[in-house]
Amino acid sequence: MEKTWNNRAWFLVLPVLLLVAFSAVIPLMTVVNYSVQDTFGNNVFFWAGTEWFEELLASSRFWRAMIRNLVFSFIILAIEVPLGIFIALNMPKKGWGVPVCLVLMALPLLIPWNVVGTIWQVFGRNDIGLLGYYVNALGIDYNYVQDPYDAWVTVIIMDVWHWTSLVVLLCYAGLVSIPDAFYQAAKIDGASRWAVFRYIQLPKMNRVLLIAVLLRFMDSFMIYTEPFVVTGGGPGNSTTFLSIDLVKTALGQFDLGPAAAMSLVYFLIVLLLSWVFYTVMTNYDAER
Amino acid sequence: MARIDVNHIRHSYLQNPRTDADFALKEVHHTFEDGGAYALLGPSGCGKTTLLNIISGLLHPSHGQLLFNGRNVTNLSTQERNIAQVFQFPVIYDTMTVYDNLAFPLRNRGVPEADVDRKVRETLEMTGLADMAKRKARGLTADQKQKISLGRGLVRSDVNAILFDEPLTVIDPHMKWMLRSQLKQLHRRFGYTMVYVTHDQTEALTFADRVVVMYDGEIVQIGTPAELFERPRHTFVGYFIGSPGMNVMPVAIDGKTARLGSQQIELPGVPKAGGGAIELGIRPEYVRLGSQGMAVRISKVEDVGRHKVVRANLEGREIAAVIGEDETVPADPKVRFDPAGINIYADSWRVEMGA
Repeated sequence: MEKTWNNRAWFLVLPVLLLVAFSAVIPLMTVVNYSVQDTFGNNVFFWAGTEWFEELLASSRFWRAMIRNLVFSFIILAIEVPLGIFIALNMPKKGWGVPVCLVLMALPLLIPWNVVGTIWQVFGRNDIGLLGYYVNALGIDYNYVQDPYDAWVTVIIMDVWHWTSLVVLLCYAGLVSIPDAFYQAAKIDGASRWAVFRYIQLPKMNRVLLIAVLLRFMDSFMIYTEPFVVTGGGPGNSTTFLSIDLVKTALGQFDLGPAAAMSLVYFLIVLLLSWVFYTVMTNYDAER
Repeated sequence: MARIDVNHIRHSYLQNPRTDADFALKEVHHTFEDGGAYALLGPSGCGKTTLLNIISGLLHPSHGQLLFNGRNVTNLSTQERNIAQVFQFPVIYDTMTVYDNLAFPLRNRGVPEADVDRKVRETLEMTGLADMAKRKARGLTADQKQKISLGRGLVRSDVNAILFDEPLTVIDPHMKWMLRSQLKQLHRRFGYTMVYVTHDQTEALTFADRVVVMYDGEIVQIGTPAELFERPRHTFVGYFIGSPGMNVMPVAIDGKTARLGSQQIELPGVPKAGGGAIELGIRPEYVRLGSQGMAVRISKVEDVGRHKVVRANLEGREIAAVIGEDETVPADPKVRFDPAGINIYADSWRVEMGA
């Protein structure tokens, strides 16, 4: 049969195009516009060319925030993924325990981010916070307001508390989709607990794990609200991650040009790293 | 290889079974002889998979004992029982190669790598997978995957028994036939004790020396294919085996004759029937259509290829008769029952007939 060519079909994608234009493309273009200009207010702009980009890439403040952020993402992935798998493996597969566990796991995900920050901000205080007070009472010197190390520990524990559930729920979904026959066959074949995990459960969780790692990486790389509420980026700049730094530049100092340049670079990095993760993991998947 | 005694085993999936209806297996007491090829045949939900899983140790029976060569294994784990089992849907380890899939059960048991290699190569040859040994198991077709599952069952030569749980469900018809004859060959060559669960009578009758027919959690008959066909012990076996199934009709017995409505049917002997509902069973193959006997009204003639199935109405009841491809239906049709094919049932169970 001849294919019918009808260019009017393009009108069908028009609504989506408009929607995406208004919600994403046009705001992004505004940022691009700011990034190549300088302004002193009053809507007066001067052409700046690539000046802001050059300045940004040469700025040690930017690179330090970047390294902090990468280290943070690496640590929380290294904790949340194995911990999430471990919890998912040990969750009940049937009976009344299933809804109980699922609700418990979903709870942290349902709390607004700034509330999570507030909870931990209060929880960790060493005058009235349950955690801070008792840790100090045990003789451990813990003060996230003054000690960068303690601030990091607090922010990481908070993130693990907040987001491990996501990994758990995704892995659990992968696990319950495995038919019983696989476990029965493994028993017949005399497979050890480790072999069952390695050859049955892990391959079946592969895809959901990819999603979990991608989501957790992007989210943690763009983290803002929770550490901002708990530490405000301090002490000093020790927990100033990229987005906190960005907001400080854009809103604190009202440097629209440098902030726009930073946004773009930041955006490209997230895009690039997500692409790398995705390619590496899907290739690995295809190879096996 | 082992003789398997199923010793008064009952099983219920409920915590506190009260009535007989709560039991998936009512009571099974049977011996699978060493080296025998058995088929467990029955409709879905009759307890055949339950029985199989009890033998392999995936389920622990509520009551009764299981013996391998006289040794009580009821409380042993699947691994200790040393059983191979092939499931309905192919179970493969997708991340491994075909070779590694077959080696897996051996390596798990710490078999030296040289022996593993020899056994795996043998099994690859046997199942016709040799040319894809190095391929990843994922991406193979359903029947290749199922061959891997079969292969994992066959690779361990020391198993006590090989159990098959409807293994050919997902296989194409002509592949089914090939795999089935391969299994049969393997059985002849190596003398494994094999138990094959199926709800397909052709599969059961071609695979097994002895067929165990199950119905509603019980074994209703154990016999060779011929016995099941000629002398079904229970009306269910009559219905379930044969195509079309046995004609069963309620009759009244009077000495050597059975009365069906206004008709008199000559019996080969005097049934030793007690009370209960008496029925006469006759296979369509023994119903003779001609110009003599009881008048019937033909409702349908189905030409199924090698023979024709005639559906007719006798005294208000549907009966089926099988006639040859070339035979024609007479204008004034009448049927006779060949005495050799008549069985009498009291409360659904067959009764013997004396002289």
